[in-house]
Amino acid sequence: MKNRLLWPLLALVALLLLNLAVTPSFFALRMQDGHLYGGLVDVLKNGAPTLLIALGMTLVIATRGIDLSVGAVAAIAGAVTCVHIGTSGSAATAFAGMALALVLCAVLGLWNGFLVAGLGIQPIIATLVLMTAGRGVAMLVTEGQIVTVNNTAYRQVGAGFVVLPVSILIALLVLGLVAFATRRTALGMLIEAVGVNPEASRLAGVRSRTIIWTVYVFAAVCAGIAGLMISSNVSAADANNAGLWIEMDAILAVVIGGTSLAGGRYSLTGTLIGALIIQTLTTTVYTIGVAPEVTLVFKAIVVIAVCLVQAPKARAALSFRKVAVPS
Amino acid sequence: MLKKITTVASVVLLSALTACGSGGGAETGSTGGTITMGFAQVGAESGWRTANTKSIQDEAKAAGIELKFSDAQQKQENQIKAIRSYIQQKVSVIAFSPVVETGWDTVLLEAKRANIPVILTDRSIDSDDTSLYKTFLGSDFVEEGRKAGDWLVANTSGPTNVVELQGTTGAAPAIDRKKGFEEKIASKPDIKVVASQTGDFTRSGGKQVMEAFLKSQPKIDVVYAHNDDMGLGAIEAIKAAGKVPGKDIRIITVDAVKDGMQALANGEINFIVECNPLLGKQLMELAKKVVAGEQVPERVVTEEGTFTQEQAKTVLPQRQY
Repeated sequence: MKNRLLWPLLALVALLLLNLAVTPSFFALRMQDGHLYGGLVDVLKNGAPTLLIALGMTLVIATRGIDLSVGAVAAIAGAVTCVHIGTSGSAATAFAGMALALVLCAVLGLWNGFLVAGLGIQPIIATLVLMTAGRGVAMLVTEGQIVTVNNTAYRQVGAGFVVLPVSILIALLVLGLVAFATRRTALGMLIEAVGVNPEASRLAGVRSRTIIWTVYVFAAVCAGIAGLMISSNVSAADANNAGLWIEMDAILAVVIGGTSLAGGRYSLTGTLIGALIIQTLTTTVYTIGVAPEVTLVFKAIVVIAVCLVQAPKARAALSFRKVAVPS
Repeated sequence: MLKKITTVASVVLLSALTACGSGGGAETGSTGGTITMGFAQVGAESGWRTANTKSIQDEAKAAGIELKFSDAQQKQENQIKAIRSYIQQKVSVIAFSPVVETGWDTVLLEAKRANIPVILTDRSIDSDDTSLYKTFLGSDFVEEGRKAGDWLVANTSGPTNVVELQGTTGAAPAIDRKKGFEEKIASKPDIKVVASQTGDFTRSGGKQVMEAFLKSQPKIDVVYAHNDDMGLGAIEAIKAAGKVPGKDIRIITVDAVKDGMQALANGEINFIVECNPLLGKQLMELAKKVVAGEQVPERVVTEEGTFTQEQAKTVLPQRQY
């Protein structure tokens, strides 16, 4: 497992070094109004939503599932909170709005879980329903408008700082909780068991359905928190664009991190590195000034390279060369 | 008592208004049957677009034109489907704002064969065959870019570093607003665009790109954002960097939606070039002419202006969007 994480880690370091080469001040950190300010801080702050969603996605993928609805769920969370806050500036309203949004997200997760575990629909189809319909719900909530709010308490979630950005602190807290819950208890093993063979696990006494149900609810709640960050970062809910395609970024982060889409084994550290690679990639594009017309090609090349070096055949070829060169 | 009077007054006012409306309807009726218009909207992606939709719906009602409206949710295939269904329903005229510039020839040829005139609104298409549509009503995006460039040239001295937040890559407004701006600042070699990236016309996009620019560019004097939303995102990023938007870094945007105008009035944006969504009235006039078989110019530009901070303060209370 350690070896498998080596390549994504090297890719991340290479990307960061590329930034350093182009912009020598990239690693520069300074205190600004009582918080850290610098390129690396941006990577952490903007990468937090992707990391959170990727965490939820990791567990879903570990059960051999996939959740395409996370982007729409994120949009709903932002929309519900901003509409609830309205013109109010009070912290209580902000918290009530966020709580309301997260409860709603949990319900949406229950819906996904019901379709997958209850009705036995293929996860990709089941969550496609909410991916399409969810954005419509978000539009309905905001009436198709960008809802702007002015609430200091709400701003903290996505744009606030406690030395480090609040958003990354939340994401790391969730990462810690998940790591504890799945690696220090039997839960992780049960999830992997369900991913390897749901039927066999059920016969062995594992409550497969409950486990599947739980991971979808968890993924939806993660998506909800990420949606709050995205919307809070700009103090506005944009039902159309908030969390658009973030499900793809999240799946990519999980895959780069070495978790197999076939279910079973998963790596939380891998997901963390994967999410950081994706955000660093975006930041790199802006920093080194890749022309917008070729941005997607640039990203594609990096992703292909990262995936290739992880492929067993490519790695075999690389290690062969390492041996071959000195002789 | 006062409540009663106002109720009565509003009832009287309302009936007067509806009377006006029906009067207008009768007028078009006399010029030969009711006109039905099929309108395929891009979506409801911004406050600008919503104002655009509302203007078209309201003015259609006022002009007595029966409107069939569809929302494509930013997808070309939805728009093509909507246009095909309008052709089948045999509407008198089709109007639409193309999501993208290319790929319209087939469906517009179908409309042409069915003898249904087509009016483009807001965005143009890229086709060699100009007979596919009667006219294009919309803003001149290049001109908007020029207005932004003109203001900067007139209001700056000494070396000026500009960062540009582009719209969605490949979208007509992004290409043209960039072109017009560059055209004008070319006259002053002191003004340099030091970085230019797409922020996808969204606030989070604008904020993220601006955050990166603030770290990678040693000196930024001016932000030129292709729409208000990206400008608003940039304001957030500039504030987080401990600088004052509008003073330390000046901001020019295009659109003039409410949130943008508010920021302009607050002094956080310095100059906004208007991109007017209220083209409903002009569209209905054109539609009547086209259906009646009258000649219309191939290009009709919507009426729009520019706003400085002082102007924003005076017009803000009456803005509709």
